[in-house]
Amino acid sequence: MKLELGYIDIQDIQFSEESKIANGVLYVNKDEIQKIVLGQEHIRSVEIDIARPGESVRITPVKDVIEPRVKVEGPGGIFPGVISKVGTVGSGKTHVLRGSAVVTTGQIVGFQEGIIDMAGPGADYTPFSKLNNLVLKMEPEEGLAQHEHEHALRMAGLKVATYLGELARNVQPDETQEFETYSIPEGMEKLKGLPRVAYVLMLQSQGLMHDTYVYGVDAKRSLPTIINPTEIMDGAILSGNCVSACDKNTTYHHLNNPVVMDLFDKHGKEINFVGVIITNENVYLADKERSSDWTAKLAEWLGLDGVIISQEGFGNPDTDLIMNCKKIESKNIPTVIITDEYAGRDGSSQSLADADALATAVVTGGNANELITLPKLDKVIGDVSYVERIAGGFNGNLKEDGSIVVELQAITGATNEMGFNRLSAR
Amino acid sequence: MAQLRIVQYINQFFAQIGGEEMAHIKPELREGIVGPGLAFNQAFGDEAEIVAAVICGDSYFNENLETAKKEIVEMVKSQSPDLFIAGPAFNAGRYGVACGSICDAVKKELGIPALTGMYVENPGVDMFKESVYIVSTKNSAAGMRDAVKKMAPLALKLGRNEKIGASAQEGYIPNGIRVNFFEKERGSKRAVDMLLKKMAGKDFVTEFPMPDFDRVKPNPAVKNISKAKIALVTSGGIVPKGNPDHIESSSASKYGRYDIEGVMDLTADTYETAHGGYDPVYANEDADRVLPVDVMREFEKEGKIGSLFHYFYTTVGNGTAVKSAKKYAEEIAAELKKANIDAVILTST
Repeated sequence: MKLELGYIDIQDIQFSEESKIANGVLYVNKDEIQKIVLGQEHIRSVEIDIARPGESVRITPVKDVIEPRVKVEGPGGIFPGVISKVGTVGSGKTHVLRGSAVVTTGQIVGFQEGIIDMAGPGADYTPFSKLNNLVLKMEPEEGLAQHEHEHALRMAGLKVATYLGELARNVQPDETQEFETYSIPEGMEKLKGLPRVAYVLMLQSQGLMHDTYVYGVDAKRSLPTIINPTEIMDGAILSGNCVSACDKNTTYHHLNNPVVMDLFDKHGKEINFVGVIITNENVYLADKERSSDWTAKLAEWLGLDGVIISQEGFGNPDTDLIMNCKKIESKNIPTVIITDEYAGRDGSSQSLADADALATAVVTGGNANELITLPKLDKVIGDVSYVERIAGGFNGNLKEDGSIVVELQAITGATNEMGFNRLSAR
Repeated sequence: MAQLRIVQYINQFFAQIGGEEMAHIKPELREGIVGPGLAFNQAFGDEAEIVAAVICGDSYFNENLETAKKEIVEMVKSQSPDLFIAGPAFNAGRYGVACGSICDAVKKELGIPALTGMYVENPGVDMFKESVYIVSTKNSAAGMRDAVKKMAPLALKLGRNEKIGASAQEGYIPNGIRVNFFEKERGSKRAVDMLLKKMAGKDFVTEFPMPDFDRVKPNPAVKNISKAKIALVTSGGIVPKGNPDHIESSSASKYGRYDIEGVMDLTADTYETAHGGYDPVYANEDADRVLPVDVMREFEKEGKIGSLFHYFYTTVGNGTAVKSAKKYAEEIAAELKKANIDAVILTST
């Protein structure tokens, strides 16, 4: 399967009469965005704003971050099974509005929404401070139940991203990149002698508001399966969760999965990147055992020589991570796992909720309990009053001078377990 | 910035007094620079100066541990330094233990920051790595240049009370305290590189060595449950509505104890969850789903259990460090023991 990504670099977003992309600027007609958002059932109001890199802006509580993309050639459409009809994506051509994103915020849904600072020390910890963000502050109808609230925000965000992506359909990309994986016999022949490597991508599926969707299917209701890495680039996997902000894999992370990108970088040269095994992180022990049995079985079946496993969330999913690692290692397939740590604010506690001697190769995204002071910024998009309640906040952490003390946990994407960042710990 | 004053501890060998035959010599204070101090002083430039050396024989130190420590601490104190350096001891076992012990003592008794250097297999490492910064050195004195290069910058930071970075950045042997820092490459790239090495059978360094894991054996079954006084304890975050003690939704800094005398049922109006790690909808609808007070009351009435303890204990397990959880559990267990509780039902989420 072969996909060409055409990157259109977005240097700025501006409001305008007409929505279009010209000379690296994404022009957005506010009214049209508003119409899309309010067309979504259960959303009462929306405020649309722009947050650019370096601006003194804080966005909170952040739910999801979505990169606009559009499918320009090949079967299927972007976000299949949710926005576009179900249909296999991952081949042909896709345009990417690189450097931009849609960020959803507004009244808190649960506890696990985050902070994006566009400037100051907090900006170093979130990759989204480097993007031009179109921010949707959406308020639900009075008395709306949490599950419907989350669904409405998710759908509105995806629809707006799809609308923006569509603007890039006929724009000439600044750069193109090709990604190709082979069928099993093809790969065996073409890349003979290279180690066969796959990626076990663990999807958060602990329950409502902790979910991930694959072609529209709730991952907790599915057994582990195989997916082509290029399908993920076309939005086959969507975040529908509110797991802690720091190690939540947003839709942006899925679209730009760094493990996928870095494995492709070695593909055909040092390794044969066979594909991606997706598995879930359900809460029942039987589910955990079944799913990890399955990933190990698939890894063996694909004749793999090595596996990278990435996690989402922490605590409960640490068990899934260790089960996956242990069972795949037991098939004599070497693994590297990517996780993050909850070592306490002083860093002296045990970092994971589970461990095994077979997990000899671990990459860490850092200690999420470490405290950081975020100074007051000039503007808040969203509502800063929730910062005591979100995961990583605590009573009295919002100071009179407008500064906030939080654990890194509260910063969107700070300790990402796909290895999106350079942050680590020893 | 004022020049830092440093006192260095070295053994008889590095003071060029002699080898094993001179290992019995007693502690001696010499002002100025002795032996390896020269290389350190050069590395410090104008920023710090070694003002004195304490020299002691390895046998004397280890055979007269308490006296030697006391004598040496007094000598160090007399120089009122800003920082104390011992060794580096490389792979010399007794010297390593001496360096670790004396650094520990100087730090604790004089409140002066201390630093030493050793080869990772030196027995002094395991004894002192958690209490003293130990820079990882080569296994023999031939590695002195390398050791000085790593120890000098860390020494200056310690002497100036600056923030100490992660072990991988500063060169000290991991001391059990996890410290964040920014790597050169992103995590996914590091993972791919690590996998390539692991598949090829080459050496690689894990970023998080697996800990020895605490596995708790369940207690034997309760003999007569119909007479037992039972308590409910939860990490599922059930609290009286409004979360009066502000237990955090993640990384809880406390636990709560709440009276349920006369409470027969937890309702949506009276209780809720503070936990941020699971879907709160069903727990908020009916908190008995996480903390089964209603069923316990029925059992109490039917005589299936003796009684339900009139307090329940609660915290949020989500993102809470194991160390904190352990501390809360110890306190809760002590109270439960005092109240003569026979059994505890521990619920999570």
